[in-house]
Amino acid sequence: MPAEIVERLRAELASDGREVTLAPDMPVVTVAPSAVRETARQLAADHGFDLLLDVTAVDWPGRTPRFDVVYHFYSTSHLMRVRLKTRVPEEEPVVDSLRSLYGSAGFMERECHEMYGIVFRGNMDLRPILLYEGFVGHPLRKDYPKQQEQPLVPYRK
Amino acid sequence: MSQPVIPIRAAGARSTAFEYFSTKKDEFVGWARKFSLFPYPFVTACCAMEFMAVSSTPYDTDRFGAALPRFSPRQSDLLMVVGTVTHKQAPILRKVYEQMCEPKWVMAFGACATSGGFYQNYAAVAGIDRIIPVDIYVPGCPPRPETVIDAIMKLQDRIGRSHHAILTESF
Amino acid sequence: MKGLSLDTRASAPLPNPIRPAFERGERDDSVVVSIGPSHPATHGTIQVIAALDGEKVERVDVHCGYLHRGFEKECEDHTWHNLMPYVDRLNYCSGLVNDFAYCEAVERLMGIEITPRCRYLRTLLSEYSRIADHLTCVAASLMELGAMTAFLYLVMIRDYVYEHLADLTGARLTYTYGRIGGLARDLPAGWLKRLAEILDQYEDFVGRIHGLMDRNRIFIDRTRDVGVISAVDAINWGFTGPILRSTGAPRDLRKDMPYLAYAELDFDVPVGIKGDNYDRYYVRMREMDESVYMIRQLMDMLPPGPISVDDRRCTLPDKQLVYTEIESLINHFKLIMDGPDVPPGEVYAAHEAPNGELGFYVVSTGGGNPYKLHVRAPSFVHMGGVHRLLEGYQLADIIPTFGSVNMIGGECDR
Repeated sequence: MPAEIVERLRAELASDGREVTLAPDMPVVTVAPSAVRETARQLAADHGFDLLLDVTAVDWPGRTPRFDVVYHFYSTSHLMRVRLKTRVPEEEPVVDSLRSLYGSAGFMERECHEMYGIVFRGNMDLRPILLYEGFVGHPLRKDYPKQQEQPLVPYRK
Repeated sequence: MSQPVIPIRAAGARSTAFEYFSTKKDEFVGWARKFSLFPYPFVTACCAMEFMAVSSTPYDTDRFGAALPRFSPRQSDLLMVVGTVTHKQAPILRKVYEQMCEPKWVMAFGACATSGGFYQNYAAVAGIDRIIPVDIYVPGCPPRPETVIDAIMKLQDRIGRSHHAILTESF
Repeated sequence: MKGLSLDTRASAPLPNPIRPAFERGERDDSVVVSIGPSHPATHGTIQVIAALDGEKVERVDVHCGYLHRGFEKECEDHTWHNLMPYVDRLNYCSGLVNDFAYCEAVERLMGIEITPRCRYLRTLLSEYSRIADHLTCVAASLMELGAMTAFLYLVMIRDYVYEHLADLTGARLTYTYGRIGGLARDLPAGWLKRLAEILDQYEDFVGRIHGLMDRNRIFIDRTRDVGVISAVDAINWGFTGPILRSTGAPRDLRKDMPYLAYAELDFDVPVGIKGDNYDRYYVRMREMDESVYMIRQLMDMLPPGPISVDDRRCTLPDKQLVYTEIESLINHFKLIMDGPDVPPGEVYAAHEAPNGELGFYVVSTGGGNPYKLHVRAPSFVHMGGVHRLLEGYQLADIIPTFGSVNMIGGECDR
């Protein structure tokens, strides 16, 4: 991981309540939910992180705010990754969508929305993608029982 | 002194000649149907790889007459459900099954189609026999091609032995 | 005539599991067609709702998720070792790559360094799995274009590979061979000899495919300039792997961020020129040749030694010790019942799977079960961008384009 890129990240991003730390495998930028889109834009435009790898969330039911939304980016020029994390509360799990910056954000945000209930403001298409119409609930939350099935076709016999 | 006439079969029973021809017809129709199976490979998951292997040259289902897949339910008679069926896919499976014409048979190919396999959660249907009736279950995750061929042969035995109603319920 | 039994009579109208993005096309006489989800050429379970202007595709709405089997939720209930079979069934065409990528993620969290023999063997088997996956992809896409002979040849050689891996791991397709800290067992006698034979037979078979396909007028007409995407667009839509390399961008994790033993191997990264279907086919064929070259180098480089690291936190003790010593018995018991104790933390580890970047984002809070195990599946991200490859082309072009994208349902829907 090129050290000068990490230093530039620290210099330019560690301000206005944003933190840049170093995990063993990549730098981690922690921001408030309202700063996600701007930070992602800076990462893409100024630091060369042009490939959005992954959008996911982690559910910490005992904690407030409850959800961690985690993004991973990759730079095809510097050959390194960066992780962007933010925390959203349960009552208002809203983050700005990155759909206007990255086309790949479309499907990944849809999955995160149906699995955890995170609302991506600005993504016009948040239909269920892995689940089906009529599914009630968000299965990857820790309070959804694993075996609670919602069949679409009534069972025989 | 006249002996009472004791009938040797119930009133209304069919004649022996009828029974003989009916059995021969069943054998003939059964033979024709079992060696001309047209599978509809309803392929979803990993078992598809074994389905591809069993249809190709190393283990050949063409020897059993069951090689030509027909990808329209109207033209096929063996519905091979290959792989996991999830709740999202269940209406599609039911619709395809209903679109098939009689006679039709269903093979549950693999552990996931048989019982849900080890996916016992909100997403997978725990066995397709909750949705459609199944004639033969093939265990394995995925089943070896020899297991699939054994299953096809057992199904063929069953088809050969069963009653095929062509003109009326009994003939 | 026998009356229809209760089961085969049509039931009440079946619910539609999806909501399409559009009901009609752009023109008044456009036709909206649903291709899939039970379709021979959508490789299982993808539904493509296409608005057609005659034969030309105007708009496409891709629906995946028909094979969503609840991988993440299921894994939270199992120990780190017990969930290995679920990991196998992600990209089931190349099961070993999934195993090793997952094992590397957990080994990084635990701070374990695998033995040299394990490192080289994992590299060899990853390349072997890459060959099997590319054989399947090329075979299926050629069959869908009508080249049945090519399919039969490639499946024949793929079957030799499956039987050979069954000698090693016990299973033809879903191996569950990786272990945290090592592998399940070492190579049996004669395995490398048979490997050399298979690689020679591979060259013979693939030579025939090159002869049948490369300069075949019909094949070129159907795949050249079909499904074109530029490198910049591909990166924006998240494409990695052979699709990105076919556009001309030489991005390959094995060269850019080397892992396992790739830094010591000599290989090229094949790159396409136009980003169309023909380039994707050819990039895959060349990648298979590079894999064979790498395997031949690795066969000479395999050092002797133990397969699994000698660490009681994750490696099961020798059976002889388990039967005779109480400490080994308790260690074995705890590892099986509670699972290896992985320290708290999070990690993202990615390998260059045959489809692209396969990443595992693992969150652990200590203990034997994962807190969260997320898979960054290349096929899922590709499905988000595949409409760029389909719109504007003909209806019949959907088939070769889908074949060249190599969507694997287990990985896409998890």
